[in-house]
Amino acid sequence: MENTLNPKELKVSAIENGTVIDHIPARNVFQVIRILGLDTFENQMLFGTNLESRKYGKKGIIKMNNRFFEPEEINKIALAAPTATLIVIKDFAVVSKTSVSIPDEVHKIVKCFNPNCITNHESIPTRFYVVNKEEIKLHCHYCEKITGKENMSFV
Amino acid sequence: MKNRSLVSINDFTKEQQLRILDIAEDFERNPTQKILEDYVVASLFFEPSTRTRLSFETAVSRLGGRIIGFSDTSSTSVKKGESMKDTITMVSGYSDLIVMRHPQAGSARYASEVASVPVINAGDGANQHPTQCLLDMYSIRKTQGKLENLQVAFVGDLKYGRTVHSLAMALSGFNCNFHLVSPPELKLPSVVKSYIKEKNLDYYQYTDLNEVIPFADVIYMTRIQRERFSDPIEYEKVKNAYILKNDALRHSKDNLRILHPLPRVNEIDVDVDENPKAYYFQQAKNGVYVRQALVSAILGVK
Repeated sequence: MENTLNPKELKVSAIENGTVIDHIPARNVFQVIRILGLDTFENQMLFGTNLESRKYGKKGIIKMNNRFFEPEEINKIALAAPTATLIVIKDFAVVSKTSVSIPDEVHKIVKCFNPNCITNHESIPTRFYVVNKEEIKLHCHYCEKITGKENMSFV
Repeated sequence: MKNRSLVSINDFTKEQQLRILDIAEDFERNPTQKILEDYVVASLFFEPSTRTRLSFETAVSRLGGRIIGFSDTSSTSVKKGESMKDTITMVSGYSDLIVMRHPQAGSARYASEVASVPVINAGDGANQHPTQCLLDMYSIRKTQGKLENLQVAFVGDLKYGRTVHSLAMALSGFNCNFHLVSPPELKLPSVVKSYIKEKNLDYYQYTDLNEVIPFADVIYMTRIQRERFSDPIEYEKVKNAYILKNDALRHSKDNLRILHPLPRVNEIDVDVDENPKAYYFQQAKNGVYVRQALVSAILGVK
């Protein structure tokens, strides 16, 4: 088991209180930042990408000071970063380590792949029902077409 | 069903669907009933349609209701760039019910969420056309005396034909078997096939129309459109293979009826029209009774 707080691996400094999201697929780090609205986050935040990972080759990591997440909030990133682990830190110590899980419904963040879907023509937040969590199949609430992993893009 | 929108055929339970068919039977016996005199129905056709629009407007007129709306967007604010949300919000302030057709999939679902009055989907792009499905069910029940245990053949463009998808799914609730006749490029989508399988029903796939004629109770013909083929040579190869001619019906069952959502181009030869097994024009007429039933059930007067 890889220890993310091992100083040898840390390319950025540790945080006192907050959350670390580790094992983000390297190419989706900015996506995760956008999904969680961290681009306007006002506390200290450190992030890195294309870091070495024994498990995944390359990974990304985000560390936020004094920011904690509700499960529904963090599950939003499950589609962009299904491998992510969430580490809660208090007084420089790891208090919990959990992985993300795919939610039952996905709102706003994914684009419907059907070019003729109304959500791609009017400003309507997208809404999907997750019909298959293993293969990741999203059933559009509006056009009723399935958006799969292979044709998924983020709003 | 009072005040409920109908966007997708699955929005109504099997019992509600059958209830609509029962009310429609009553309208077929007695089509002119002035029960909607106090109502205004908005008919919003963001893209042109002949049968669906005219049959809805006939349905409302025969019931004494008033119709407002448009049959294309050229003379409306949509042309000025008004959003669909604004158009629907405004119209729901003027009317008791909205009937709408729109070229984009999902538009009717969205409209039903925005509008303060119920919405009937009269076709949203390639997605759903539930009133066509109800009138197809009505036509089948009327000609076969039942919806259960039928051998139903779908012929032609099964990939893009939304009426085929909805009807196959609706009939899956009635223990029917499905015979799917199409060129390989235009097979029924796997999502519909798995729906049939989930109901423990069987489907069989064919490329030759003649194979299904001897045992089918219903043959549901559809038009194969040239633009569905990326290679025009492929279209030329198959275009004549799915044409129904009167001669071919010689060895068909007595109760067989030929259905078609119309418009037809050449996939049913005109020599079939005189055959008593041809039912497509009556089918289109049934659309008025079914829409009368639907509008009056949603407005709560039936």
